[in-house]
Parts: sequence; structure tokens; C-alpha cells
Amino acid sequence: MSNSLTRKLSPSKIGLAVAAPLAAAVFSIIISSLAVIASKKSPMEAFTTMWDYGTEAGSLMEVINTATPYYIAAIAIAVTFRAGLFNIGVEGQLRLGALFSCYIGAMFVLPPVLHVAVVFIIAMTFGGLWAAIAAYLKVKRGVNEVISTIMLNALAGGLSAYLLSKHFALVEEGSNNLQTKELPASAQVPDLMPLLRKFGVEDQPGGGVYGMFFVAVALGLIFWFVVNRTRFGFELRASGLNPIAARVSGVNSKKMTFLALVISGAIAGLAGLPEVLGQTHSYNLGFRAGIGFSAIAVALLGRNSAGGMAFSALLFGFLEVSSRSLELIDIAPETYVIMQGSILLSAVIAYEVVRRFKLTLQSNELAKVVQP
Amino acid sequence: MSVAVELRHITKRFPGVIANKDVSIKVETGTVHALVGENGAGKSTVMKILYGMQRPDSGEILVNGANVNFKNPNDAIAAGIGMVHQHFMLADNFTVLENIILGSEPKHGATIDFVAARKKVVEMAAQYGLDIDPDVLVEELGVGQRQRVEILKVLFRGAKILIFDEPTAVLVPQEVDDLFKALEGLRAQGMAVIFISHKLDEVLRVADEVTVVRQGSTVAEVKSKDVTARQLAELMVGSELPKPSTLGHTRREEITLTLRDVSIATATGSRNLISNISFDLHAGEVVGIAGVEGNGQAELVEAIMGLREYTGSIEFHGSSIDELSVAERHDLGIGLIPEDRQRQALMMSSPLWENRILGHQRGKPVMRGFVIDKKATIESTRTIMQEFDVRAPGPDTLAAALSGGNQQKFIVGREMSKVPALLVASHPTRGVDVGAQGAIWDVLRKAREKGMAVVLISADLEELIGMSDRLLVMLRGAITAELDPTKTTPEQLGSAMTGAV
Repeated sequence: MSNSLTRKLSPSKIGLAVAAPLAAAVFSIIISSLAVIASKKSPMEAFTTMWDYGTEAGSLMEVINTATPYYIAAIAIAVTFRAGLFNIGVEGQLRLGALFSCYIGAMFVLPPVLHVAVVFIIAMTFGGLWAAIAAYLKVKRGVNEVISTIMLNALAGGLSAYLLSKHFALVEEGSNNLQTKELPASAQVPDLMPLLRKFGVEDQPGGGVYGMFFVAVALGLIFWFVVNRTRFGFELRASGLNPIAARVSGVNSKKMTFLALVISGAIAGLAGLPEVLGQTHSYNLGFRAGIGFSAIAVALLGRNSAGGMAFSALLFGFLEVSSRSLELIDIAPETYVIMQGSILLSAVIAYEVVRRFKLTLQSNELAKVVQP
Repeated sequence: MSVAVELRHITKRFPGVIANKDVSIKVETGTVHALVGENGAGKSTVMKILYGMQRPDSGEILVNGANVNFKNPNDAIAAGIGMVHQHFMLADNFTVLENIILGSEPKHGATIDFVAARKKVVEMAAQYGLDIDPDVLVEELGVGQRQRVEILKVLFRGAKILIFDEPTAVLVPQEVDDLFKALEGLRAQGMAVIFISHKLDEVLRVADEVTVVRQGSTVAEVKSKDVTARQLAELMVGSELPKPSTLGHTRREEITLTLRDVSIATATGSRNLISNISFDLHAGEVVGIAGVEGNGQAELVEAIMGLREYTGSIEFHGSSIDELSVAERHDLGIGLIPEDRQRQALMMSSPLWENRILGHQRGKPVMRGFVIDKKATIESTRTIMQEFDVRAPGPDTLAAALSGGNQQKFIVGREMSKVPALLVASHPTRGVDVGAQGAIWDVLRKAREKGMAVVLISADLEELIGMSDRLLVMLRGAITAELDPTKTTPEQLGSAMTGAV
């Protein structure tokens, strides 16, 4: 009986899965068009310009490079979201992770792969330690982790600036850029261009794909497996879905809170590395800011799932890169911020509407089964 | 006699509960009209619609012959409908008088006219036979008296149609008698009373008419003098009422659980929530914990499961478990059916197969090492659903989509699947239908024969007396009496629970 029901319902089930993203896309296109119209330009022209520019090979590489740190940071945030917590301090954790791994990683030379691994461990340690402060305060003192991680962000910004300028930076003649000592070649993550050439991809001016792309993919797979298929992941999700029931079932809620925040911080520590290990090879004043905040939106849009966040990280990367072309037709490139915002907002609303609709559908289905 | 309120062909669908389909009820003034049905049958939905908390998808509501359309409870109150909730909504640090007038205070200029209020309340109390001292603080009142305050509160707002939502669930038998006297007073004064219950004996005692709800629809309207409890039960479920009983002694020599001087203090340490609880529980024995809710039963459960810090000692199979975590206690073979299934035992937005894992995530059959064995879990979920008659399309159904009774059957099945040596069962059949109740009792009986020890906590006195080998009465956190269930009537047990003996 249940089989026939499932079969009967399958078209609407597929419809539901597509409905939310589709509705969100339509809504956000409308909002973005209004923004473009407000600056007295044609939305059609704006979108085609963005699409043409964004789909060029060189732009696509940049899209991937932008999306990679977003994805890693979004996974870090998703670990806490899944546990019913919110680590808003990824920005600070990834900054400290990048700073310390560059500073310490440049002190020695190791065999290539090993050196990179050690740099990863340093970044994860400092990201994790920074998050551990919030974790400790939450578990021992009941301090809300949202508040403490926000404040730790501010501290991390000040602390990293101080450490860089007073202790970690090399003094270079005739330059006012402060940067740590350059990482030795063994700590650098090679570009994927040589690999891509083998697949017939041509060199692009300023192009290249960070090697950390693979690390992000691997992290996504590990995240999916651990969260959905392991005991730890189950207890993490249970704590998020119903903390009281999780505790009754034997989950040590304090331990789970602590672990979720520290693991999140450790993953966040890696999010600053793609650019640092792949391009700049040192931590400097120009370190890209805001990854940790954009990643919150990426995690929300991706619904904290490995696949969803990959999609939303790439989407955000695409909007960011392709919107640069808007300058060519005299539209403020910041329009992409409006697009990102409207996509996020409409997605969150659409998912909730669909969730409720699904529940009603299931209840009706159930009523049919129960009633004679 | 005229019709006070009438529902015509009400239909309502909403998530988590079976749809209400074509519900029709007619309540006359000066009568007590009972609405009976199993939990999940849709009684509460009907009442929420009548009280303006839900809006029907179709159908109409008539009050005193006029069509009404309630947007919220305020509209219902304005139309003279009042609800006495199962869980009281009173301010403990206010007097009875203050609580009654709260929200609709008679004014004297800018100040509250306490003189007029008191006069009205005293008059009302005398008129309806609801005897109460208006100046005593509510925190000093017992449950029965608090309910009386709730009733007065509703009357003070001018209600002529009173809805009582499972009013006897929290009362002991003596208090039930008092309530019924009050209901008769209301009837004599020309009020229309709607009495929601699934306790059929009470319904037959107090009601003039009975409307039976089954699976979301009204299936019968009968005069209470024309039917027996058995006939009503058959209308409700179409099957016979099971009886709680355990046959013969299956108690074994070995002691499964020992409590010695177990106490839990409040957070401030001002007093004990439970004090010096001591008892032995043998394998194959059921010990029933009787008591009015809130007298330390929940804390006792938390102590045994390790969910709360306690002093004293607890031994399981002869060795101390005081230092063990909740998980370790589960894994030793202590099972738990928690009192609040949705809060304590389910992830409502997850499918049943994932809920199957909850509490069992440390071993077989749902785990293979540290990895979830999804196939085995789904298989096991399906088995539980079959054995315990959990009515849902399949293991993929969300827990939230099930009715309360089916959720409970699923939880009992999940806990029994690990064959616990000790089962702590908190209200195991609360809110489940008659058929499921019988099935759950059956499971407990069989497991007891095989040597399972049970700590049974229940508000259903018949269940306690019928299922227990021994009864312990808890009052204000302490065990105040030990009774032999074979020589105890529900009335005697009720007296012991209030400390009247």
C-alpha cells in the first residue's frame, strides 16, 4: 500500500524539491532587476553582460578560487548549525589560522606534502583554539556562543594586526606592505593549471585554480559522511534537532557543544589557506576579509548540506566575479550584494513554505492510511 | 431548552494530526455535554476551533442560533465561551481574587475596584457552589482548588458556555467528586458545559449527552443514560476495553535495582525535590509509583537515568551506577519511556528510521562500528511498526506526521527492542488509544514474565493498581506509603496520594 502511495506521490515530490530553489531564483531575479532599473539600466543587458563575462574560462577559474574558501568556511559554520549552535566567529578563526600557519610554517623546511600537512595542522590548531575559548565559556559559564564568537572576531582582528606589525612581519625596504616571511616551496600548494592543461584547458591571463580546491572537495565529502552516516554525526544532529531528547538518549550535551565549536574552528582555520598557500605565500595586510561572513550566507542558502553548500558557494563566487563586468556598462558592481541578499532571503522563505507544505502533504497521506 | 452552541460539518486539516472531517455537535443550555474519543481522534482540534484558536476550513459555528466567525479566543470569550484548560494558567503569587479578575479588572476611576470585584466573586462562588477563600494566595492551593479558581475566572468574564479540557486528568478521586458537584451547579444555573474526556466512567456519571469522535469525525451522539461504558468504548474504537492486570507473581530472587537514600535538592538547596528514596526492585517485578503529578516522580526518573545529580546511591544488578553517564546506564540495559514523548523522545522533523536510532546509537542493530547501518535500521523500524501497530506509511514518514498514540507506540517499541533488564516507564499509555493501551500492557506483562523489572509511573490509578506488584506513594518528594495493589481501591490510592490517610 505504501508503495502505491509513494508512486502516486512521486511527481509532486519531485515538484517540491525543485519548487523552493525555483521560486527563490525567480524572486531574486525580480528584486535584482528592480535594483538595476533603479540605476536606469536594462536588467536584460546587465544579466547578459554578467553571464558572458562570468562564463569565460578565466572567470570560471576565478569563480572556483572565490568559492573554495567560502565552501570550507561554510562547512565550518554548518558543523555548528547542525548541532543547534552558531559559530559566527569563523572570520576570526580563519584569520588567526592563516597568520600562524604562515608565520610558523615559514620557520622550517620539510618534504613537500608533509610540510603542507603540518601547515594545515597549525592552521586547524589555532582556529580550533580560538573557537575553544567560546566553547569553554559556553559549557562552563553558559555564555551564548553567538555573542562570544562575535566579540572574538573583533579580538582576532586586533590581535592579528598587532602580531603582524610588531612581531611577525619582515621589514622590507621601500615597502609599506607588512607580510610574514615567504613560505618555502615545500609549504606551497601548487596550482592546478598543469593538470588542467592535460585536459585541454588553455592558459588564461591571470588564470589558475588553487590546489586547495581538492581539499575543499574532500572536506565536503568527509562532512557529508560524518554528519549523515556516523554516530558522532547522529548525536550532533540530534543535539541540534531536539537537545532534550538527545540528552535523554545519552548524548553528553556539554561535550557535544564543546566538540562542535572546536571542530568548527579547526575547519575554519583552513578556510584562509587557499589564497595564502596557492598565491600570496605569506600572510599580509591584503588578506581577504569577509570570507567568514559570506560563508554564513553560503551555509544558510546551502541548507547546511554538503551538496547544497557547494552549489551556493559557486553561485556566490559566480555573482562576485561576474558582477565586475557591470562596471563596463556603468552599473555599480555592488549590485551583486543585492543579488546575494535577495537570493538568500527568498531561499530561506521558500524552503520554509515548502517544508510546511510537505508536512501537510504527509499528514494527509497519513490520514488516508489510518482511516479505514 | 435551547441550543447554546452548535458545530455544523466542521472540517479542518493541519500538519501532524488527522484531519477533522464533518464534525457536528449540538450542545443545549443547562446540560453537560461530553466529547469523548481516543487521543488523536480530533477532540482537541474541535475545541480549539470552538474557542477560536484554530479556524475551520469549512463548516459553521452557531452560538445561540447566530452564525459566528472567531478570529481568536477573544472573539470566543466575547461570545460567552470560556475554556478551563488542563494546565492551569494562574499567577502563584497573586491571591485568588486577583487571579480571577486579572485581565478584566473592574475599574474605579484609574484604580481597580476591589470592593466591587470581591462582592461579585463571592456572589458567584455562592451561586455556583464553588466554595473558595478569595484572599488566599494561589500558591497555597491544591490542584482541585486551583481548578476552581480557573472556573471562576472564566465565569467572571461572563461565559455561558464552558469548555473543560480533560479536567480530571490532574485530579485525585475526591477532587473529581468536588468538580462534578461544581458542574452540577453550573448546569442548574443554565450553563452549557462541554466536557472533554476519555475516561468513560466519569463521562457517564456527569454528562447528559455524549458525542463520540473517532478518527476525526463525529460517529455518534447518545444520551448517557442509554449507554454503558462498554458500548461507548465500542463506539470509540470498535473493540473491547482491555484491562490492566498482571497474572501471578513472576518476581525473582535477584535484585535488579536498589535505591538508598536518593535525594535531589533544588538549585538553591532550599528544600528537597525528592528526599531519601529507598527501595529494592526485583527482577520480574513491577513497582508502581503513585502520586499527584509534580510530587517528585519526574526527578526520581531523572536520578535513575543519571539525567540529574543526586545524593545517596543507586545500584543496578548489585553494583553502583552512581558514577555512570546516561549513555552507560542505557547500555547496561536500563530502558526509558519518558513522560513527554515529543520533548524527550523524538526528533519531530526527522523520519521514523532516524528516530529509531535515538537512544540506541551506541550499538547494534542500528550501528556497525561507528557508522549507521541504514539498511538494518530501516528493517528494524519496519519490524517495530508492524509489531506495535504504528500506523504510518513507512520508515520514511516524519515523526511529526504521526498522531500522539502512534508516536507512543513507536517509542515503546523502540525501547522494548533492546530487551531492557529494567524499564523506567513514565506514563507509558498516556494518550494512546484503547487498543494500543492493551498492546502496551501486554508487552510489559510478557517482559515481566521474562524477568524484566519495571518502575511504573502513571496518573492512571487503574493502570497502577492493575499492573503493579507493589505500590509506592510519593508525596512532596518522599515515599509516604507502601500499598498492596490487590487490596487497594482507586479511592484508597487517591487518598494516600493526597496524604489524606
